[in-house]
Amino acid sequence: MELVEAIILAVLAASTPLLIAATGELVAERSGVLNLGVEGMMIVGAACGFAGAWLTGSILIGALFGIVAGTLMSLVFALMALGLAVNQVATGLALTILGVGLSGLIGAGFVGERITPAVPLAIPGLTNVPLIGRVLFGENGFVYFSIALIVAVWWFLYRTRAGLILRACGDNHVSAHALGYPVLRIRTLAVMFGGACAGLAGAYLPLAYTPFFIPGMTAGRGWIALALVVFSSWRPARLVIGAYLFGAVTILQLHAQGWGVGIPSQFMSALPYLATVIVLVLLSRARTGGSTAPAALGTVFVPDR
Amino acid sequence: MQAHQRMLDPTPNGQHSVESPLLRTIGLTKRYGDFLANDCIDIEIRPREIHALLGENGAGKSTLVRAIYGLIQPSAGEIHWQGERIVLSGPSEARSRGIGMVFQHFSLFDNLTVAENVALGLDGKESFKDMSARLEQVSKTYGLPLDPRREVWQLSVGERQRIEIVRALMQDPKFLILDEPTAVLTPQEADQLFIVLDRLKAEGRAILYISHKLEEVKRLCDTATILRGGRKVETCNPRLETAASLARMMVGGEVKEVKGASGRKTTVPRLVVNDLSLAPVEAHGVRLEHISFELKGGEILGIAGVAGNGQDELFAALSGERLAKDPGTVVIEGIAAGHLSITQRRKLGAAFVPEERLGHGTAPRMRLSENALLTGHAASGMVHRGFIDTAATLRTVDRATETFGVRKAKRDPEAASLSGGNLQKFIVGREILRNPAVLVVSQPTWGVDAGAAAVIRQALLDLATAGAAVLVTSQDLDELAEIADRIAVMFHGKLSAPLSAREASREKLGLLMGGSSLQPKEIAHAAGA
Repeated sequence: MELVEAIILAVLAASTPLLIAATGELVAERSGVLNLGVEGMMIVGAACGFAGAWLTGSILIGALFGIVAGTLMSLVFALMALGLAVNQVATGLALTILGVGLSGLIGAGFVGERITPAVPLAIPGLTNVPLIGRVLFGENGFVYFSIALIVAVWWFLYRTRAGLILRACGDNHVSAHALGYPVLRIRTLAVMFGGACAGLAGAYLPLAYTPFFIPGMTAGRGWIALALVVFSSWRPARLVIGAYLFGAVTILQLHAQGWGVGIPSQFMSALPYLATVIVLVLLSRARTGGSTAPAALGTVFVPDR
Repeated sequence: MQAHQRMLDPTPNGQHSVESPLLRTIGLTKRYGDFLANDCIDIEIRPREIHALLGENGAGKSTLVRAIYGLIQPSAGEIHWQGERIVLSGPSEARSRGIGMVFQHFSLFDNLTVAENVALGLDGKESFKDMSARLEQVSKTYGLPLDPRREVWQLSVGERQRIEIVRALMQDPKFLILDEPTAVLTPQEADQLFIVLDRLKAEGRAILYISHKLEEVKRLCDTATILRGGRKVETCNPRLETAASLARMMVGGEVKEVKGASGRKTTVPRLVVNDLSLAPVEAHGVRLEHISFELKGGEILGIAGVAGNGQDELFAALSGERLAKDPGTVVIEGIAAGHLSITQRRKLGAAFVPEERLGHGTAPRMRLSENALLTGHAASGMVHRGFIDTAATLRTVDRATETFGVRKAKRDPEAASLSGGNLQKFIVGREILRNPAVLVVSQPTWGVDAGAAAVIRQALLDLATAGAAVLVTSQDLDELAEIADRIAVMFHGKLSAPLSAREASREKLGLLMGGSSLQPKEIAHAAGA
């Protein structure tokens, strides 16, 4: 029993950054922008988040640092890919390279330092309930926030007019422009939201997952978040399932090594990507028409006036 | 608000029938760099008027209506709305003032539902539920049935246009702009649209109607303004003009009449299709079902039909972009070619002109000589031992330029730098200069100005006279009536039995295009049942 609880807790802890980063990227991609710089924005968020928390002693301020850093990084992307209509794939890849370098620079002075990590919730009576107590009532704030975030995004996309307009921009930017919607402004906001989420997801790692910063500590989670958005076929509900599934695979991989299962760890690391490919194939076979991806995803738009 | 502003703009001789203009542009000018897309255009539109806007491609019609709808800002000039000067900040302001627009290339979102599409065209002041209820009511009132829950990609072109129109009507516009609304409709669908437009006119609304179809304009419109080269040429009453006189004003000269040589002799079958069936590649694609026809030398077969009924798929199967399982389904010059590649089919004497000029017919960023090479490399002696004979490719460009009057800035410019009509003349010319035995051409004059269209049609007729077999796919029934000997209709991937051009009336073709069958037996026979 204790082991099951420990595994669930570990899965939740490993899944949360994936969920937060993927939620942000989902919104950006739904507006039609493919930002491959998630990994770069996350790692800068991790460095700045740790710096903020170390300097002020507050996890909350650290998280805010991460959000601001991620947003600033995404603005670089928005300036290039939206303002100057540069190829989005190239810009996103460049952003990741920039982020990895920048985070090393920012974090250099903090390597080896430690902070007190985010405190898990403790409600007397509830948190002590066996098996489910710690899972439901003993998490840190990031976990609860990530769930609230994806619910809010679902509600925004499907229940508000602004969400409809955002989806419309992702489906056909020419039509959206012809109807008078400011496509580039909407996309910039969506990209900024994606940056903020990526920054927060990055900050989660040194603030809640491990209480220290090491260069390159995102370890490819940004890429998994990107795969996750595709895996979810751009639907928030499936994103949640996917995030926990991918998180579980990461944990399984660690335990499998511990148990001495004869599966190469590289194969386990590749599982999320493999799953994404399989889901894409199944989806495109199952659907008779329409497109699962936002139709305008990754295409450059230059309005004429 | 509804009071007419006669005070501001007294009509000269006090005619009661003439109301003061609802919308007026004064010296409207739009400049793109050195290019004047609109040059000092004055136009007046009154309530209860269907006002046609005529002109060739590039005459400035779209620029003008986009400025009136607030999509682009004019470089100079004024727009007056109900007697008052306005500067539109964008389409939503235009809509809130009562100006609606139905776009030529639909401004719809394929993966959203009908109701969501309509909601996006409104200003969002009512709840989605109220909006849906009103949508149902408006579509019922005007006889434009729509299912609000379906996603747009599932709908036909006619249904898509209905969404656009209903969306515009839901804003209760005083003035509605329609950009080539009938270009994609069957004649019957067009007739239904005219009933709606007459009703809107009777309700006191004004309509600005852009069209290429002059007979339609004569029948429907009260006034016509003709643009040429960005300038206004004339405002007239189209009912007092002939189609020929309107065309003259549009082109600025006589349009050469296309003449086919009388008594063309048909020879041996050069292109035969036997019971061709092909599953779609794409999710949206159409399945070709049991297509059979025979095309002799000296003959032009027209294929009519609303876009998206399998014409693209048929073109791909004939050109070799898609291969058939059974080689005998496509026979070129007596040789089973269903399994042959594009190049092998070209070597048999076939030539192909696809619908899309840029990206399919030509590589946009490559020079014309390179584009000539791309289709001529196998059978036109442009390659010697693997090396390109540049002089030969340039000669092809020069010959096409000379024979078909291609206008271009340089001897050998990039394909994308040519205007649509000139590029199409080059593409058709490039293929015809190879003296093909079989020419398959899709939408030969789509989006091409009247002058270039006449040149291309004449070239197709001349090619047939010279003995080639020509297959023309077109949505323009007038074009097919002008050049084709026989006309068949494509619907849902099936091809009707060909009618001789004489018996193929618009009504008959229209019925076939809408999916009704004329002679059930004959259709069944053609389908190989």
